[in-house]
Amino acid sequence: MAAAPQRGSPLYAQKEFTSKKRDDFEDILEERRQSSDLRYAMKCFNPVVYKGLSPCKPSAIKTTVLQSDQVQYVIRQLSKEMGESPDIIQEEATEILDEMGHNIQTRTIRFFALTLSKVFKTLFRKICVNGEGIQKLQQAIQEHPVVLLPSHRSYMDFLMLSYLLYTYDLALPVIAAGIDFLGMRLVGELLRKSGAFFMRRTFGGDKLYWAVFAEYVKTMIRSGYAPMEFFLEGTRSRTGKTLTPKLGLLSIVMEPFFKREVFDTYLVPISISYDRILEESLYARELLGVPKPKESTSGLLKARKILSDDFGSVHIYIGQPLSLRALASGRIDRRPYNLIPRYLPQRPSEDIQDFVNDVAYKIELLQIENMVLSPWVLIATILLQNLPAIDFDLLVEKMLWLKGLTQTFGGFLEWPDHLCANKAVTSCLALHSNIFILVNGHVVLNDKGSEGGAMEELVFKQALAILMCGSYRNQLLNLFVRPALVSVALQMTQSFRKEEVYSCFSFLRDLFSDEFIFFPGIAVKDFEEGCFLLTKCDIIQVTAQEILVAEKGSAAVSFLSAMLRPFMESYQIICRYLSKEAKEAFTEKQMISGIRNFAFPLLETGSSQCYEVLSSDVQKNALSAFVRLHVVDKMKTTNGVTYAVKKDALNKTADMLDSRIPVIKPATARL
Amino acid sequence: MAAAEEAGGAPGSASSAQRRLRVLSGHLRGSREAPALLSASPCGAQGAAGLPGPATIPKRRQELLKWNGWGYNDSKFIFNKKGQVEFTGKRYRLGGTVLPILKEWMEKTFGASLEHKTLPRATLNVNDVPPSFANEEFLQDLRATKISYSQDPEDRVFRAHGHCLHEILVLREGMFKRIPDIVVWPGCHEDVVKIVEVACKHNLCIIPFGGGTSVSSALECPEEEKRTIISLDTSQMNHILWIDERNLTARVEAGIVGQDLERQLAERGYCTGHEPDSMEFSSLGGWVATRASGMKKNIYGNIEDLVVHLKMVTPRGVIEKSCEGPRMSTGPDVHHFIMGSEGIFGVVTEVTVKIRPVPEYQKYGSVVFPNFERGVACLREVAKQRCAPASIRLMDNEQFQFGHALKPQVASIFTSFLDGLKKFYITKFKGFDPNVLCVATLLFEGDRERVLQHEKQVYDIAAKFGGLAAGEDNGQRGYMLTFVIAYLRDLGLDYYIIGESFETSVPWDRVLDLCRNVKERIVRECKEKGVQFAPLSTCRVTQTYDAGACVYFYFAFNYRGIGEPLHVYEQVETAAREEILANGGSLSHHHGVGKLRKQWMKETISDVGLGMLRSVKEYVDPNNIFGNRNLL
Repeated sequence: MAAAPQRGSPLYAQKEFTSKKRDDFEDILEERRQSSDLRYAMKCFNPVVYKGLSPCKPSAIKTTVLQSDQVQYVIRQLSKEMGESPDIIQEEATEILDEMGHNIQTRTIRFFALTLSKVFKTLFRKICVNGEGIQKLQQAIQEHPVVLLPSHRSYMDFLMLSYLLYTYDLALPVIAAGIDFLGMRLVGELLRKSGAFFMRRTFGGDKLYWAVFAEYVKTMIRSGYAPMEFFLEGTRSRTGKTLTPKLGLLSIVMEPFFKREVFDTYLVPISISYDRILEESLYARELLGVPKPKESTSGLLKARKILSDDFGSVHIYIGQPLSLRALASGRIDRRPYNLIPRYLPQRPSEDIQDFVNDVAYKIELLQIENMVLSPWVLIATILLQNLPAIDFDLLVEKMLWLKGLTQTFGGFLEWPDHLCANKAVTSCLALHSNIFILVNGHVVLNDKGSEGGAMEELVFKQALAILMCGSYRNQLLNLFVRPALVSVALQMTQSFRKEEVYSCFSFLRDLFSDEFIFFPGIAVKDFEEGCFLLTKCDIIQVTAQEILVAEKGSAAVSFLSAMLRPFMESYQIICRYLSKEAKEAFTEKQMISGIRNFAFPLLETGSSQCYEVLSSDVQKNALSAFVRLHVVDKMKTTNGVTYAVKKDALNKTADMLDSRIPVIKPATARL
Repeated sequence: MAAAEEAGGAPGSASSAQRRLRVLSGHLRGSREAPALLSASPCGAQGAAGLPGPATIPKRRQELLKWNGWGYNDSKFIFNKKGQVEFTGKRYRLGGTVLPILKEWMEKTFGASLEHKTLPRATLNVNDVPPSFANEEFLQDLRATKISYSQDPEDRVFRAHGHCLHEILVLREGMFKRIPDIVVWPGCHEDVVKIVEVACKHNLCIIPFGGGTSVSSALECPEEEKRTIISLDTSQMNHILWIDERNLTARVEAGIVGQDLERQLAERGYCTGHEPDSMEFSSLGGWVATRASGMKKNIYGNIEDLVVHLKMVTPRGVIEKSCEGPRMSTGPDVHHFIMGSEGIFGVVTEVTVKIRPVPEYQKYGSVVFPNFERGVACLREVAKQRCAPASIRLMDNEQFQFGHALKPQVASIFTSFLDGLKKFYITKFKGFDPNVLCVATLLFEGDRERVLQHEKQVYDIAAKFGGLAAGEDNGQRGYMLTFVIAYLRDLGLDYYIIGESFETSVPWDRVLDLCRNVKERIVRECKEKGVQFAPLSTCRVTQTYDAGACVYFYFAFNYRGIGEPLHVYEQVETAAREEILANGGSLSHHHGVGKLRKQWMKETISDVGLGMLRSVKEYVDPNNIFGNRNLL
């Protein structure tokens, strides 16, 4: 990880866009299909563990946590503040720990090893993992405490990872899980016994909870008890886009290193991608406002019908373990940690917060870079630009073109068994026949079961399919966002002047910074990267002052900006809604239903094709972008958070989005 | 002038100062028969009576000491005809003994081999020595003072360095770019005043020199210094001026070296109890100038606790307090500008130190702990109960094995059998892992009954932490390691092994993390820099305080196959210091800053702190006469 010398962004490493590593993937199901699952579950399990580990039981960790100076300090503080006896608070802390703590047991692991073998074999064709990644991880686990940071697309993710580590005889991870799982009878306890520990979704104000939780995590890091696993994204991404990182847990796991209680900590980005995501239709429904079914055991049992379905293959790419010590080198001022006893809770300095933020983004960018993309991702992208139908041969042709582009952009395409393009498309369509089908040489939306329904239902069905499809296109967009934004900026400005294009780029980047992952602060680098990639594909030519679209490049520019069109249009519609219909003060909920009501007629009449505006994800992101850009005011009242539109600012932004007025140049633009 | 605790060897076996010194070099020189100790005016008396000085170390140091290594000419480790390591000379208890396991340890630890040798130059080539620049007017003024001086190349080279690794390597293989132009030997305070006056008059640079045991590059002459550099050797100011038995103090000239001071006081039944490991060679003035620490500080205190009064000559004049009150509230203590000033303000000439009756009884001891963590916990408890013996040190496993390698050939089958039995008891019966266990060495001092009582108290605490008493021998050998280490380095240098020691002080709760992280950092840095064989990276806790501990590191590696070993070594040393600071450790506990650690001073004492020191320097010595450029 060569650190760039620029101030403020030393964690931003120049990526390599050249020929993507074609690591050898190993299919871990292959052996499962050949030998006994029972024997596999009962195998002698002597995992590779941390070299400094002194083994202890899960209960011993709880005791250590409870007796730690850190927790005892907070107990004393609270006891003083509330006039409560310390014993009572201690009791509370014990309860918190009992609710939170994992209780990892080999027995349960073996049970999972057996059942998951069966389940995975029915669900998936293959579970592939990069062998080199496993080797590096094996090394890392022995050297220092390890934090596993997988992408989060499905509930399967953590089961998959534990299963994987079991298969390769590596120390099983402890996993930070949402407390909602505890609502599921049996399952919650089962997960607990397989290494999950549970955190409440919000506990900002609860000092005791925070102290106990943080100490619990840090105790396990310090002792190298087990690899720690959690999801930087905080929750499953329903859209296929990588979510902006949550920093709380990451800063907790880093603290032992900052305080030098450990020599180093490895952070391991892991990308897990599914040919077809189990929850795809659930996600789409949720985005459209059908409430997410509460996690429940009966719900899980009902979901077993999916067992008869085919979900293709899974690819797990274990990235190079990053040494926190190396990342932090030269960035952390040591004095603040030297002058206060280490047990005292200490608000991280701004430097540290920035550092944690940078690392989080860096890791998510690595997750994106290493994410295996299936051909379906390309197909989905093309199909969404050719609704309602496209000629099969044309689709194949376009896909091959997009394949080339993706590879030049550094995409990690996995072509199943090196099929010819025709077969690849056919096979993908077979896997995703719930969305698209092949009819008379044309690929069309599968609208089975929606004939003759009410208009509203038709729109809903259509939106469902498009959102599902969009979640696959978004996987590509994660990677394409920089060149795509440059393309949009080129179209919007209608100018060749680099400076103007950059201004527009920078405006859009800022606007979409909740939608996509941009390394904090470095718009210029993102712009240069986008331009570089486009130049590499002969789409544009860049001179000192100008950007020229190459003759053959205009189709590509159109294609790339079309990838972002749903977002552009959604934001435009939301702007229109806000300026016309929004009340004086409104809540997020009111806005969401308001937008839906506003957009439905547009879609029904066909005056807009932008079904994605119905997605609550886009709506929420737009709202927070508008707050960030001071177009909407956010107010905290006793009844919660309300918002109010600033008309002038909103109109200006809307005008910029509609290219009615040029984007105002950011003062600091330096090219 | 700098006194560095473990810059090298004091005869580590810390028997009472008296016993300890008897086996030292002192009596060999027959100086005990020279009773002219207590002269009211040594400067005059010496000159008039022409009596030989009582000093162990002669004016021409090269007559007694190695010119390119540590210690006495006749004392060194050699490989004898059988290929076993042997220590020569009769000055130390170890003299003449064969150390059968050491060779194997060296081979195992460093991958060193007897076949790969790199020998230093045999003698100093006088032609390589930079010429002496001193103008005639200055020399005339100097001669007028009748103070002894020399421009001899050997004398000048001898005072151009301390004992850092790079300095020794220069002596072995190269030559310093800048060395003193002239060496002067003032005989008393007044002589120093005269020299400083002359230096000020001609705007020359003075670098004070005491025992030459610095390990902070403090004695190195700044290359850019264009003025004549005068090395002010205090070694002839070596008299005890008076002893005050009512107040238990003694007035001593600052050039006296530790062994002479203790020996002479012992003749009157007293001691200072200040025993830095370099005490054979380091001087009282050097201790003051570096804020030295002694092995037995738990009883006697560090130098800042021992000093009652002192006198320093600066270009601005002489600074001293008006009385010898034991404590004063008269603003910030000006003594603390002088202690640790590393020769940038002036020369310390006379010091009143506390003295104590020589203790009646001394006893070594040792405790084995199952691991380092338990050992540190025990030391912390001992410190908490404030019952630390005169000395208590905890060696990590690597250092325990190092110490073990210095075991002499056993005299009889019986001893060997007994050793075997002990080993069996600890490793098999008690289940201690020989590659994990660690050893604390102890030294008790006082009247017999109290020592035995104290001993029991400490062993009882140790038992609570799983510690097992492991005998007096092990304890004594532990202390031996600290004095032979510098001699051992010279042996290592002959076989491509370079090494150094460094120290820090750190709050109790960070001791374990600091030890682990610094050792690991050294190993990693070596690996990254291409060192083929894993280095020796070991530490011990050498002093305990109420609020923390002093930790001492040894670090050495085999540099065969590396292009620029010294460069690699310096990078690793810097990394290790960075690691110490990041772990909440101090820049130095007692070695001082010199020029070696200057880069971290600002971070250590803040901008304002540095400014305060600078303004004192500006006032006391505006023309930078004391121009060794240490500290600031």
